[in-house]
Amino acid sequence: MNGILLQLFQNTLVVLLAPLLLGWVNQCRAWLQNRSGAGVLQPFRNLVKLMHKDAVLANNASPLFRFTPYVLFASMWLAAALVPVIATDLPLSPAVDVIALVGIFALARVFISLAAMDIGTSFGTLGARREMLVGFLAEPALLMVFFTAATISQSTSLVTIVETLGQKQFSIYPSLAFAAIAFIMVLLAENARIPVDNPSTHLELTMIHEAMILEYSARHLALVEWASELKLLAYITIGFALFVPWGIAEAGDLGALPWALAALFLKLMVAGAGLALIETVSAKMRIFRVPEFMGTAFLLGVLGMLIHFLLGS
Amino acid sequence: MTLASTLLPIDVALGVIVYWLLLGLAGLLTQNSRVITQFIFPAGALGAMVLAAAALSGLGGAVNVAVLPLGLPDLPFHLRLDSLSAFFMLLLGAATIGISLYSAGYFRAMEGGTLGLLCFEYHVFIAAMSMVFIADDAYLFMVAWETMALSSYFLVTTDHKVPEIRRAGFLYLLIAHVGAIAILMCFGVMQGGHGDYTFATMRESHLTGFWASATFLLALFGFGAKAGILPLHAWLPEAHPAAPSPISAMMSGIMLKTAIYGILRVSFDLLDVQLWWWGALALTLGLLTALFGVLFAAVQTDMKRLLAYSSIENIGIILAGIGLAIIFHSFQKEALAALALTAALYHSLNHAFMKGLLFLGTGSVLHATGERNLGKLGGLIHRMPKLALLVLIGTLALAGLPPLNGFVSEWLLLQAFLLSPGLPHSYLNMLIPIAAAALVLAAALAGYVMVKFYGVIFLGQPREKKLDAQAHDIGIWERLGLTWLALGCVLLGIFPVFFILHIDYVNQMLVGQTLGSTAAQTGWMWLTPIQPERASYNPLMLFVLVVIGVVATIIVVKKFYHGRLRRGPAWDCGYPEQTARMQDTAEGFGQPIRQIFELFFGIIREVPSPFDKKPHYRGETRDLLWEWCYLPVAHLIERLSVLIGKLQHGRIHIYLLYSFVTLLALLAFTR
Repeated sequence: MNGILLQLFQNTLVVLLAPLLLGWVNQCRAWLQNRSGAGVLQPFRNLVKLMHKDAVLANNASPLFRFTPYVLFASMWLAAALVPVIATDLPLSPAVDVIALVGIFALARVFISLAAMDIGTSFGTLGARREMLVGFLAEPALLMVFFTAATISQSTSLVTIVETLGQKQFSIYPSLAFAAIAFIMVLLAENARIPVDNPSTHLELTMIHEAMILEYSARHLALVEWASELKLLAYITIGFALFVPWGIAEAGDLGALPWALAALFLKLMVAGAGLALIETVSAKMRIFRVPEFMGTAFLLGVLGMLIHFLLGS
Repeated sequence: MTLASTLLPIDVALGVIVYWLLLGLAGLLTQNSRVITQFIFPAGALGAMVLAAAALSGLGGAVNVAVLPLGLPDLPFHLRLDSLSAFFMLLLGAATIGISLYSAGYFRAMEGGTLGLLCFEYHVFIAAMSMVFIADDAYLFMVAWETMALSSYFLVTTDHKVPEIRRAGFLYLLIAHVGAIAILMCFGVMQGGHGDYTFATMRESHLTGFWASATFLLALFGFGAKAGILPLHAWLPEAHPAAPSPISAMMSGIMLKTAIYGILRVSFDLLDVQLWWWGALALTLGLLTALFGVLFAAVQTDMKRLLAYSSIENIGIILAGIGLAIIFHSFQKEALAALALTAALYHSLNHAFMKGLLFLGTGSVLHATGERNLGKLGGLIHRMPKLALLVLIGTLALAGLPPLNGFVSEWLLLQAFLLSPGLPHSYLNMLIPIAAAALVLAAALAGYVMVKFYGVIFLGQPREKKLDAQAHDIGIWERLGLTWLALGCVLLGIFPVFFILHIDYVNQMLVGQTLGSTAAQTGWMWLTPIQPERASYNPLMLFVLVVIGVVATIIVVKKFYHGRLRRGPAWDCGYPEQTARMQDTAEGFGQPIRQIFELFFGIIREVPSPFDKKPHYRGETRDLLWEWCYLPVAHLIERLSVLIGKLQHGRIHIYLLYSFVTLLALLAFTR
């Protein structure tokens, strides 16, 4: 019973936390750039505004185009809800291990790329092609990171990884340091952040994510935006689960929940500020530099794995 | 009741084979296209259903043996149906149901005489493939194998008036026969001088060391030529597009699996030792094949060639699974071998369904539009919504996305890769998890390829005016066949434990260990190949949760906000004058892949000069292996034949002189 309540709590938590996290990142970015910023609640205001508008659909949009925002939102919500964020005894979490989690992200990516090609505009197909390019480069690097954590903890289940790395004993794994850098690079690429993509630009020939969602408006756009906020939250919390799992409540330990919640907020604030800092100090790169960037991430992942085998730790 | 209990699965299988041959003959004799399409092909599907049911009951049952009084005087046909044969028989039956139903609708436009011949070849082809699976001596095996190769050759060259198709057919026949020679030699080594070519004797021969390795390598080469393993893949992208679509589906979905069956039969059943380096070789070749296939698939502009290259990729994945199983088996890690083997077998079954579905889908597109070139298609989702939905399922499955079937086998295979650190071999247990990255790269690229495939054909605006006028949705037979295959993709994806329990009989037979007891330990919904803490996957729950999420979101959005909607022209950042030609073409979509992996492609570019009045641009991507492997061999043979040709003068006295010299030499030799 507790488990189910906890799962429901987490489902609500992530869906509300995701826009807040983006608001925090944007606010930090504004401060770093000497602007006053729109406040952390701005993404909520945007969502409400978009929900109230009339949707405009291109003349030749197919049912696939209208259906995709719902699939995106549902799958990203699911992904964010299955990551052990504050507690490990989530009843739904064993349904999906890290490999299946990568599969869910791929599902969302394929759907949004197909939707982008549906209208048949030049920007849409360009965005779809680039998104798939970044995706296939990022996926092996991401799995190398997961494999490193999985060989250490002898499991691909995120819950077991958290329990092994965070709670059984405290030890430092040099391999995870490499994996962490690789993971951050993948996170930047997969969430359309600088230096791979610029989330706050339109009408730029280098755009990826924005090019795909150009034709969406109103409630569809709101869902797509919300889904990408959830995706960012899911990625960051996966990062916490792998690299800083401390503070997540153990199974049956309800007393630890407030602490877990506080730890989560603290970690999210630090991570959000870090993300804003990375985005402020780096410049966006050309699209054909992205393979080098992702290749570096992949090699760092492989190095982490090799170091794990060589040191036996 | 009594009939069912006395009928052995092998009798049923034989009955179905004879039934198919009779159907084929009937088709040849009637020449009436209505009878053939409305009656004979559906009847063939019925036979496939019976075969699949018999195979299902044969899985895990007692081994059935039979001897037919046919064949050579001292070597009658030996037949045997064990779990391995039954599994592949099931694959054949299940996929043939869909393909035969579809063919009933697809071939309706052909005229009588050709159609009768095609119907005959088609049924001989499926009968021969079934025979391959139950053959229990080398002679019958080779007869069935060659019948399969020849009948498929004739099917490929159905449209024999086109020179490219004749050329493709010839290449296919050539490589098939090079492979057949290797298989024959492999059996020759295995019978070990006893002069007895039954598989039972080969099992007893206990080859070791050099001869066992020679057998394995010959089998890998021979069956690899059929499967399209690097570098023997050259026929595949030529022959598949040349054949009519149901035949492509049959060849890609089922015939390639006969080669997988052959490799498994020889390396796990007929040979009783396995060396770890065989597995390492198969693993390396498999991963290379997978990467090669998917890279070339990404740059294709012909939809059937694209699928053919994707078949090469999938065969590579299956071979990698087999390689892993051999490695584990050679170190006596039988439970892990069972896992890797399950992944390979599951992927074979999946591939039969998804590739069958997609090839048939391209057939419908071809019928409706007359176009195979991706650059001239587009927007078909509006004209052919039913086909678009069914093909979408196949596309997502082949892209390896949960909760469909392609993901299950890839998940199992990755789990097997992750378990290799348990091996007592320090290099292997380090390198294998990293080799998994190649598999992941191939799988991720498959997503790219499938988005290109589906997006360019079905989405966007029609690239040619005529598409809007011509295209019509699929008929009832096509829909039935495609729905069956799509249903298979969904069920195989959502209920993997049921199917794994059946595949376990094959594991039990080949490696003596099963997965079922652990895979289903926490209930039929949960797939837990090792322990629940180690890894678990629940596709049903995943599917239900996504559906609930989608429905709940739709209800909430509609309930709390208005559902107002307007239609207008596409915005596209405000650029006016959007035309269909501004969309990405297939070349455009493949361009990043070409640029990143430029080293692996032979790229020919003709770029016009700026002052050219009639600028002409041409870019072509070629297979470098063709130049590195095939052309040197062809040149060598050409040179040798010129040398041998010097002996020929066309004068009888010179030939008599040759005989005389030969006789003298022989006399001197035997003196």
